[in-house]
Amino acid sequence: MDRSALPDLVCPAGSLPALKTAVDNGADAVYLGFKNDTNARNFAGLNFDQKTMVEGIRYAHGKGCEVLMAINTFPQPGRTADWRAAVDAAADMGVDAIILADVGLLDYARNRHPNQRLHLSVQGSATSYEAINFAHREFGVRRAVLPRVLTLAQVEHVIKNTPVEIEVFGFGSLCVMNEGRCWLSSYACGESPNTVGACSPAKYVKWDKKPGEMETRLNGILIDRFADNEPAGYPTLCKGRFDVQGETYYALEEPTSLNVLEILPEIVKIGVKAIKVEGRQRSPAYVTQVTRTLRAALDALANESERYHVKPTWQAELSKVSEGNQATLGAYNRPWR
Amino acid sequence: MNQGFTIPKFQLPGFVARLGEKLPQWPHAVALTTALNAAVKMNLLPEESLEPMQDKTFLVQVIDTGGQASFTYRNGFFRPIFRPVGSPDLAFRANLSAFLQVASRQEDPDTLFFNRELSIEGDTELGLLVKNMLDAVDLSQFRPQLPKLPFSLPLGQR
Repeated sequence: MDRSALPDLVCPAGSLPALKTAVDNGADAVYLGFKNDTNARNFAGLNFDQKTMVEGIRYAHGKGCEVLMAINTFPQPGRTADWRAAVDAAADMGVDAIILADVGLLDYARNRHPNQRLHLSVQGSATSYEAINFAHREFGVRRAVLPRVLTLAQVEHVIKNTPVEIEVFGFGSLCVMNEGRCWLSSYACGESPNTVGACSPAKYVKWDKKPGEMETRLNGILIDRFADNEPAGYPTLCKGRFDVQGETYYALEEPTSLNVLEILPEIVKIGVKAIKVEGRQRSPAYVTQVTRTLRAALDALANESERYHVKPTWQAELSKVSEGNQATLGAYNRPWR
Repeated sequence: MNQGFTIPKFQLPGFVARLGEKLPQWPHAVALTTALNAAVKMNLLPEESLEPMQDKTFLVQVIDTGGQASFTYRNGFFRPIFRPVGSPDLAFRANLSAFLQVASRQEDPDTLFFNRELSIEGDTELGLLVKNMLDAVDLSQFRPQLPKLPFSLPLGQR
């Protein structure tokens, strides 16, 4: 297969060491955010200040890797200037693209920085080609990141009907996937990715160790109880086990990770332009493991084409870092629509 | 990273912990705080991350060695706590192999948490802050550099 047909591998960078290891292990692009609520991974101690951002961009560009800046939360009442300042700063620093979700901010970026490449964030929640083409027509969006709710056939349908590049998720934690429209975190603690840039903010999370079990509470609400040695997940409402009509189970979503290695040839064949790895909140060790594994898989696809097969070592490496120790193809392979 | 050497998952035999628990614990706290203070002095830990740690109490417990370190951060320095009173604000508990894997950036703390090999109790946001602060330390600047030769070797030219 022609290497130019391979999708870009877009990897997460929550810190400078994570960025460097993504670049060194074969990412074509890294995505990152500022240390504030203008991005959806606004966690204590994570992300980039001015100094580390400049160094990160220099490092990535020096090795031919693109830098994509996520400004993918929604400007809050009275604070629009903060989000506009983030867009201005990103454009001034020379990032390759800004990933935006809010239409007002897309409009601002389009008018203020007409030459800046813009991507539509997954938080923009555009699942149809009509929505994506609207963003293209009105704001000149060049790429859209699809929410993780479409089957592979639906992704193909979108690609066939839009001039906009399509980016899909290839690996990482799954949640209830109502991206950009989810208010479950707000229901539990009054704050959500859209408003403060964090789902289930850590200040509301409590892990209580008791003899033989661990309880997870979110703002006091018991969301799960794990026996010793039972795999755990992130403390979000959508991954809790609840008593529903006398039965306790994962009523919304299991703790699990998306893993597309098995369907990589199909993803490439339908013309996906970029594959994104979730996990800016994870450590450099995770970024190393996932980047090198997906790089190896993409390279194998380029070199072996028809003979591509998923190597057990790739699956072992990815399943180890998966949430809940299990992986899924998610919506991609659902037979129903 | 860790090229050529990986730390396996292991658990020390039970007698090690039983013995370790009987040993004085203060040397662990002194060693750990000395290392952390060296990192502060080298400006590796950003001020904005250190400030929320002021007067918070921490416990790092290595389950299978029976060792633990209690310490706090006050006025620019990490300080050992020799006689801990009450519950710490934040406690990390794991076996030695898990701590070594995290320290060497071989494993992600979230991975170990999912696998129940690392427990975090107390102030979760403080725990996240500490994790992210340590993740952000750029170790690449400390990689040993080979001395540069004053002349170039023909074999090195490509």
